[in-house]
Amino acid sequence: MNDLIEMFSYSFMSRAAIVGAMLVICMALIGVPLVFRRNSMIGDGLSHVGFGAFAIASVLGLAPLQFAIPVVVLTSFFILRLTENSKIHGDAAIALLSVSALAIGVLVVSLTGTNTDINNYLFGSILSIGDTDIIMAVILSAMVFLLYLFSYHQIFSITFDETFTKSIGVNTKLYHFVFAMLCSIAVVLGMRLMGALLVSGLIVFPVLSARQITKTYQTTIIVSILVSIMAFFIGLVASYSLNTPTGATIIIVNMVFCLILKTISLF
Amino acid sequence: MNLIECRNLALGYNGRAVLKGLNFNVEEGDFICIVGENGSGKTTLIRGLLGLIKPLKGKITYCNLKKNTIGYMPQETHVDAHFPASVFEIVLSGTLAQKHFKPFYTAVDKKNALQKLSLLNIANLKKESFADLSGGQRQKVLLARSLCATSKMIVLDEPSNNLDAHSKAELYQLIIRLNREFKIAVIMVTHDLDHDNLISDKILSLRGKDFFFGSTKEYVRMLHE
Repeated sequence: MNDLIEMFSYSFMSRAAIVGAMLVICMALIGVPLVFRRNSMIGDGLSHVGFGAFAIASVLGLAPLQFAIPVVVLTSFFILRLTENSKIHGDAAIALLSVSALAIGVLVVSLTGTNTDINNYLFGSILSIGDTDIIMAVILSAMVFLLYLFSYHQIFSITFDETFTKSIGVNTKLYHFVFAMLCSIAVVLGMRLMGALLVSGLIVFPVLSARQITKTYQTTIIVSILVSIMAFFIGLVASYSLNTPTGATIIIVNMVFCLILKTISLF
Repeated sequence: MNLIECRNLALGYNGRAVLKGLNFNVEEGDFICIVGENGSGKTTLIRGLLGLIKPLKGKITYCNLKKNTIGYMPQETHVDAHFPASVFEIVLSGTLAQKHFKPFYTAVDKKNALQKLSLLNIANLKKESFADLSGGQRQKVLLARSLCATSKMIVLDEPSNNLDAHSKAELYQLIIRLNREFKIAVIMVTHDLDHDNLISDKILSLRGKDFFFGSTKEYVRMLHE
């Protein structure tokens, strides 16, 4: 217990705990509709776009979050338009844009030789998060939470049966845009914690863990949030104690939770 | 009194008409079955009536009925049977019309949803998971959701698909009761044209070039000629 108190007496650990907890809640919230719409990989795609945006921002000397969030939001709107109006399917649109953005990011980095920040965005670096990023992360997480709360029932209905939802006059396009915005913000923020390569784990694992023991939509969301918070704190403490990378450790803990709950569900 | 009037209606996608020159009315308390082969435009017509696609030509007029107050019940296979939602969560979503960015359902919404569950004799399933229900029970849940969205008209897309004979008969009885007792107009797409299943008053047949719209008796007579 004393070790835990000492651990969180360091300002970098307490800051990581606050920001991380808010981020994992956002990821779990958007994870439930994404997983049940079979769009789990959108998190992966958007994180690659985020990586490209971070690379350009760091080369141009711009604030990374302030630059990356609008870019990723616009990209997610573009993916929506592509899938609505053309012959390109959702998964192809995501693959197309994510590899293009990744290629641009890698090219920019190799041409300019800047790689310190880029490594942070590839593998995550919540322990080195700065004051400005903390304020941004807290404000944006609160925004994601509130917008999600106010569109919760519409997102549920669209996820379950979009045609019915449209037929009763719900503006499904509007809610698609709102949800795309929420995903973009959550993914960009999540990259700070997990890195572009692991961020989709925070979307998928908590939902799959919750799904093993829940039967309703509301309880799936609540259990997803609880699982992601527990996995985050255990992963954070373990990574500090064992001196392992934070993002990867959190994902491994999530994986263990998923296996335990799957085993419980079998009995 | 008419609820919907369709005049010289053409419906389709990307400018290509699937249905052309369609004329019919839906009156209060009507029970109309839409029949036709695969690809004849049954689903396209339903999408048109629900306002999901705009007519390429002609007009759909909603009289004594607001455009988005038609209850829609999709085929059972169109929704994810393993979706983790309770029966009450799904039925409540039928009350979502015009509820923009409101985070909570009102007491009136909840009462409305409960009434519809009771009406279809499935109030006992309120807390059950949709994924744990039988095909027949799932269809009743989707019917209850559609009733939350309307008091005048429901559109059912092949509601008896994948149901066994007992569940099918039970569902048809409920639909007939909604129509006769509560005067809810029913438009139902069906493949069931066996003698026992001719439960509607009128038939809209999309078979062939000439559409048929008239009483079920006339349609049966025409089939036997």
